[in-house]
Amino acid sequence: MAGPHDHDHHHHHGDDHHHDHEHPRLNDLQLRVKALESLLVEKGLVDPAALDEFIDIYETKVGPRNGARVVARAWTDPGFLDWLRKDAGAAIKSFGFEGRQGEHMVVVENTPKVHNLVVCTLCSCYPWPVLGLPPVWYKSAPYRSRAVLDPRGVLADFGTTLPEGVEIRVWDSTAELRYLVLPMRPAGTEGLSEDDLADLVTRNAMIGVETVSYPARAAKDAAAPETLQ
Amino acid sequence: MNGAHDMGGMHGFGPVQDEPETDRFHGEWEKRAFALTLACGGLGQWTIDQARYARERQPPVRYLENTYYEQWLHGLETLLVEKGLVTPDELRTGKPSGPPPPGIKALPAERVVKALQQGSPYTRPVDHPPGFAVGDRVRVRMDQPVTHTRAPRYVRGRTGTVVLYHGGHVFADASARGDHGVADHLYNVAFDSAELWGIQAQPGAVHLDLWEPYLVPA
Repeated sequence: MAGPHDHDHHHHHGDDHHHDHEHPRLNDLQLRVKALESLLVEKGLVDPAALDEFIDIYETKVGPRNGARVVARAWTDPGFLDWLRKDAGAAIKSFGFEGRQGEHMVVVENTPKVHNLVVCTLCSCYPWPVLGLPPVWYKSAPYRSRAVLDPRGVLADFGTTLPEGVEIRVWDSTAELRYLVLPMRPAGTEGLSEDDLADLVTRNAMIGVETVSYPARAAKDAAAPETLQ
Repeated sequence: MNGAHDMGGMHGFGPVQDEPETDRFHGEWEKRAFALTLACGGLGQWTIDQARYARERQPPVRYLENTYYEQWLHGLETLLVEKGLVTPDELRTGKPSGPPPPGIKALPAERVVKALQQGSPYTRPVDHPPGFAVGDRVRVRMDQPVTHTRAPRYVRGRTGTVVLYHGGHVFADASARGDHGVADHLYNVAFDSAELWGIQAQPGAVHLDLWEPYLVPA
């Protein structure tokens, strides 16, 4: 949905004055990438079909619905939850979710007293096999700078308010461990199937900037309309 | 290095702007920059930490102006030139000026799924026993390395508690020099928010994965 013209809305800074430079800069980037690709293909360093394959995998196959299935299973199967606590990597691999940027998995569990939030202040480390590629905001300066210092303020940007007294644990992904938040199962969902539960679990809840609601927020992607593009 | 990438605790960048879960890429060039980075990574000529370091070494003003895939693109171009896979002239013109480097073959499309599934595990044996155990109090060494490190500025000199032991892992600082063979013990260390932020701290803790060479007993 977001085409090239929307690009600057996803810019790190949210600075309006960048709009003036948007189109020339985008043109430059398009040309620069195109030139690089044709150079590498001509030199035999890149197989163009491999590029299409990488894009297809992360555009259509690997994304946060994977993680949602893991969470729903943990909510419904105590044996699986136990496995996830003891050996998250193996438990997650049982779904076939494994590999690049998920080689070493840790699951951090929300409780009524503890809320977990995941960030990578130094770059963009993110558990690809379960969440896909990170959203722009996760890699942006506002999130990387504030998640560790002002986690409640960051949660407020997403319309999330936690009760007073809840301790927030922020996990800064500084090595090759990748963290997945296990959100709390919302009340009133006792009769739901595993698939229906998975539908409630948002990407943002598995990063820790939201909690899971039931019924699901009507338009969860518009949770913070004043900050949306 | 104390670069612009080390953002934890900075002020002034404004609110976080959510985006729909279904958004994956923003424009064709992002897809191509992403895929080129992965495909060239598959040539096996550099480590993940060399890739990070290549992005971090940009002038700070440039780093802050770039979108994230511009960091990747810059890092990729830097490494391709540094490893002698392309020349600066070729980058400028987009036309090969010489034969491809001998012995280096493109990752074929049919290997992509397998390569992603395998990933690259970072656990390694370490030739000395761990110096710390879960529950130990540790302080992060006060140090200003000019090259790549994964101990952010906001924890240097601060004291925390070891809460997890991850085993031996490839040591990022050495891996950024291209040496994938150096490993050390890796711990998750919890820092009380008040230890990091003082009177502005919110109740809670910040957890970081830190290698033994970063730590001293507290």
